[in-house]
Amino acid sequence: MNDFRPLTLHVPEPAVRPGGTPDFSNVKIPKAGAVPRPEVDANPEDIRDLAFSIIRVLNRAGEAVGPWAGLLSDEELVEGMRNMMTLRTFDARMLIAQRQGKTSFYMQHLGEEAISCAFRKALLPGDMNFPTYRQAGLLIASGYPMVDMMCQVYSNSRDPLKGRQLPVMYSSKEHGFFTISGNLATQYVQAVGWAMASAIRNDTRIAAAWIGDGSTAESDFHAALVFASTYKAPVILNIVNNQWAISTFQGIARGGAGTFAARGLGFGIPSLRVDGNDYLAVYAVAKWAAERARRNLGPTLVEYVTYRAGAHSTSDDPSAYRPKTESDAWPLGDPIIRLKNHLVIRGVWSEERHKQAEAEILDSVIAAQKEAESYGTLHAGGKPSARDMFEGVYAEMPPHLRRQRQQAGV
Amino acid sequence: MARMTMIEAIRDAMDVMMARDERVVVFGEDVGYFGGVFRCTAGLQQKYGKTRCFDAPISESGIVGTAIGMATYGLRPCIEIQFADYMYPAYDQIVSEAARLRYRSNGEFTCPLVIRMPTGGGIFGGQTHSQSPEALFTHVAGLKTVVPSNPYDAKGLLIAAIEDPDPVIFLEPKRLYNGPFDGHHDRPVTPWSKHELGEVPSGYFIHPLGKASVVREGSAMTVLAYGTMVYVAQAAVAEIGIDAEIIDLRTLVPLDMETIAASVKKTGRCVVVHEATLTSGFGAELAALVQEACFFQLEAPITRVTGWDTPYPHAQEWDYFPGPARVGRALVETMEA
Repeated sequence: MNDFRPLTLHVPEPAVRPGGTPDFSNVKIPKAGAVPRPEVDANPEDIRDLAFSIIRVLNRAGEAVGPWAGLLSDEELVEGMRNMMTLRTFDARMLIAQRQGKTSFYMQHLGEEAISCAFRKALLPGDMNFPTYRQAGLLIASGYPMVDMMCQVYSNSRDPLKGRQLPVMYSSKEHGFFTISGNLATQYVQAVGWAMASAIRNDTRIAAAWIGDGSTAESDFHAALVFASTYKAPVILNIVNNQWAISTFQGIARGGAGTFAARGLGFGIPSLRVDGNDYLAVYAVAKWAAERARRNLGPTLVEYVTYRAGAHSTSDDPSAYRPKTESDAWPLGDPIIRLKNHLVIRGVWSEERHKQAEAEILDSVIAAQKEAESYGTLHAGGKPSARDMFEGVYAEMPPHLRRQRQQAGV
Repeated sequence: MARMTMIEAIRDAMDVMMARDERVVVFGEDVGYFGGVFRCTAGLQQKYGKTRCFDAPISESGIVGTAIGMATYGLRPCIEIQFADYMYPAYDQIVSEAARLRYRSNGEFTCPLVIRMPTGGGIFGGQTHSQSPEALFTHVAGLKTVVPSNPYDAKGLLIAAIEDPDPVIFLEPKRLYNGPFDGHHDRPVTPWSKHELGEVPSGYFIHPLGKASVVREGSAMTVLAYGTMVYVAQAAVAEIGIDAEIIDLRTLVPLDMETIAASVKKTGRCVVVHEATLTSGFGAELAALVQEACFFQLEAPITRVTGWDTPYPHAQEWDYFPGPARVGRALVETMEA
């Protein structure tokens, strides 16, 4: 006789589903300023705690406190504010444009604006980001022309990618923004290779890898950590934990069992967890990790704790799998409101200036949109040439593609 | 000129390119200190240092993924997957990334990368040391696929591949590493030192990609082959005494259709041979292309002699491998058709 009871399969479930009351009581949030700031050459063994806490600078009152504070000037913070507001406005306009049928698809950053906007400011010219589809703040904060972003979203006659790519899959070598792929996690290990190349060539440039919580389950996440650790590559391994992978809560990627940051520890990679809705904290941690990389001290893993306030994409309806009010209950708040409160306390911002900035930014985004639409939208006006479809598959067009282009008659 | 095995020729190609271009880096599993399980990279780490030639973790997607990152930085990685049978974990990186970087970024990011993989059977390698996955690459837009059949070609083609601005899959028939093999497993194998194509020029030279080589001129039929099957075809033709023209394709993509079509138009018959499995194998593409280009000159159906549509077996090696007897029968049938 067998005295074991039948086995059962464990399938994690989020705490709450639609109709329920949002509950983030499981998210343990330390006080702002509570987490120490180690030296960049600290022994990874000695800073293991940083992978289990959350580095925060802005407190409830909007004050910048603790050892990670004090790195940014008033001007820099105001610029960060405007970048985040620009990204949010850009998102809102492109969402509407998608609903109006001007493009097929869009993905917004709502609630995650601080991460890419602040991170970009910690890099130097020549560094390379390997982003996912939800880091367009890297482009906005680096001054990439918004008209070009919109032309890409519209796949029009001025689309820098000639209409070959889905909307939001931007690419700009000049702005340190690696070409986005639809295949998740692939860029994470490529970033490590790029960083290894910089080290092989005795350069001083560093790379930044980006991934979401869900995609950490992909095998390339694991490969990237092994290679980054083995070769001490000058790379910052960013994980944006926005709690959701489309409809799948982070527990399915085994979030909640430890932290995502803690996965770096097994590889001997210093790993930090940071408040992703705190512009100052994101910047401070990014700066710390960048400094480590540039001083040849190797990779750093950073988990940004945030919340995907919007739908996954324009093809998604989150009310089908999570409570409608869940984003309001998110304990780390809204990154724009939090920086706004801080700027007001600093005396460099006010409700009035905020409204004025909103109006200015909206005007400039609308102006950019008008210009972009003058070059066409997906179904109307200018289009990339059908000849472009055959270009760029190889450096030189091989005979079989030339034949196919002739058959296509373009 | 020097006498070289295919292994030595491949190593020499990397040596030449590492000396000429400091952007060339070589890595893979056991590739560094040890010099590779097939000795293809022996001595390179000692000569060029650990940052130019190094050992990698056992992670094919990691090897290819980091190499892609390096290529986009501006290096020219020439990396190794220990056996073509083990490229599958890297397939996403190869297909979704390496092949498409140039296209999707409109040329902003490019991927001058060579992925070397020992391929092919005839060595009692069983299911996971014998596969010929070339059709899984030739089907992918943006990749070039090369299969050399002798030391001289291997060196010239590998140098061309390293210099090529696009990603190149470089499949090395491991059965040919030490000497040509015509499928007569019961006879002693001749080493490359006794074969004219074991004579390899020293220093830099290239064989341009996309050019086939006519290894035997003939008028009765055209045999299209690559890799080990070039020698099997030669043996079969000699044994049955048919005046066949044998073409070693050398590059599958881009394909030298000019040479192929000119030959079939002359001979009126065509047999395709490869080790890989039949269904949707590269032979199907060749047959379709020849049919389109030479329909009015064809005097017989195009025949394919290939591996069976089974995983590559161990004990049944010589029942699986399309040897000279099986190829010969197909040639006779095509002549009589």
